[in-house]
Amino acid sequence: MEFLQYALIGGVLASIGCGIIGPFVVVRKIGYISGGIAHTVLAGMGIAFFFGKSPILGALITALIAALIIGWVSLRSKKYEDTIISVLWASGMAIGIIFITKTPGYGVDLMSYLFGNILMISSRDIYLLAGLDAVVIILIILLYKQLLAVCFDEEFAQLRGLSVNFYFLLLLCMLAITVVGLIQIVGLILVIALLTIPAAIASQYVNSVAKMILVAIVLGIIFISVGLGISYQTNLPSGATIILFASLVFLLVTGLRKFY
Amino acid sequence: MKTIVSLKDVNFAYNDRPLVLEDINFEIYQNEFIGIIGPNGGGKSTLLKLIMGLLKPATGKITVFNKTPVASRKAIGYVPQFTTFNREFPISVTDVVLMGRLGNTRRFIGYRKQDRNVVYKVLEQLEVEKLQNRAIGTLSGGQLQRVMIARALACEPKLLLLDEPTANIDIHAEKDVLDILNEINREVTIVIVSHDIGFVSRYIKKVACLNKTLLCHRTTELTPELIQQLYGVSVRAVRHRREK
Repeated sequence: MEFLQYALIGGVLASIGCGIIGPFVVVRKIGYISGGIAHTVLAGMGIAFFFGKSPILGALITALIAALIIGWVSLRSKKYEDTIISVLWASGMAIGIIFITKTPGYGVDLMSYLFGNILMISSRDIYLLAGLDAVVIILIILLYKQLLAVCFDEEFAQLRGLSVNFYFLLLLCMLAITVVGLIQIVGLILVIALLTIPAAIASQYVNSVAKMILVAIVLGIIFISVGLGISYQTNLPSGATIILFASLVFLLVTGLRKFY
Repeated sequence: MKTIVSLKDVNFAYNDRPLVLEDINFEIYQNEFIGIIGPNGGGKSTLLKLIMGLLKPATGKITVFNKTPVASRKAIGYVPQFTTFNREFPISVTDVVLMGRLGNTRRFIGYRKQDRNVVYKVLEQLEVEKLQNRAIGTLSGGQLQRVMIARALACEPKLLLLDEPTANIDIHAEKDVLDILNEINREVTIVIVSHDIGFVSRYIKKVACLNKTLLCHRTTELTPELIQQLYGVSVRAVRHRREK
């Protein structure tokens, strides 16, 4: 049962990362940027795999590059943001697929990149996830007030002497790091759901981003462990089960609030 | 009198479009309370943004506290005309006003105790301390306006700029806010921009009129002829009885 233990630890670690960044994704409305970064990552994973390097390292580098490119374009001219995301999204996946199919021999499970396979997590992945979490936690403790100010009111933050561009790019880099961690758990296609659903539920009940973070972490842990349990019992794919469970809870909670 | 803001031969246009501001020469002295009036599109908000360094003049020179506008930014408190943020944002009144402390507080980790004390003091000053834990989205227009003024005051500014402060406020609240601003004016220089000539003439003694260029300066008395020149149409002057 060691793999289940790893899966649970991995789930908790991923919940911490997405619980911290998810609320910023929701309040700053950068879900599409998150999706763009997540999908572009396949290019890095494919290339790394082709050259026999660690796919996660490839993913990390690509995610950071994608975040900086999207952020730079978005800051320079907002109207091209949508376009650059779409281009990176599709071309990143195309590059990834080409390199993966050109890699000799078997060994790569494309499906686990796309939809995740939490049961395949190794102790090395756990350390990596913990490291990524540590970076995000330290940054959020040090710079929470600046990140919040920039997300809330750019113009005012600028007037108070903050570099709006720097903090926006920093937020996107933190997002990129989190996305890479999440890919292990639910795969790059389902990442957006785990970033947004816990935070979106939290936003209906609390009135600060800090509280959203705490609630989102707890919800993330619940979604991943319950989803994992269901998938283990029913022999369904873990990533998809986790996301479906989270979506159902989201619909239920949102529906209940509408009617009562 | 000490000059705080000085504009010399300032011209400004957005990109390559026609001039929005032409040949502006204007000074603001310490502890003044100035109203700048003019029609919508007359360049009033643009003038404020130039003073804050959010925009750069095409030609001419602007100094604020004898430095460039950007270098003096932190000494300026600004109350924008339109809320530049999303009102659905999950944030409390206190947390919004705390943002005024940015630039005056420590760089890392959260705000300090003394920042919270400053914030509570300005909330009290604007009589909104009871709203401190309310979500920003649940406030009325008038309450939000006061919170925005509180945020600007939390910067502990030497110069306070208000863009159309009467837009969201009913007449009674308007007078209360003006009383509070008069109080603040003992220590802080205040500039109010408004298209509402009635509001300005009722409460503010020094008025500058702006419609692309400055048509009158602070000492000029507002006459019907001047108003007509400013707004381009005939405006009937109605004398308000001053409230005692």
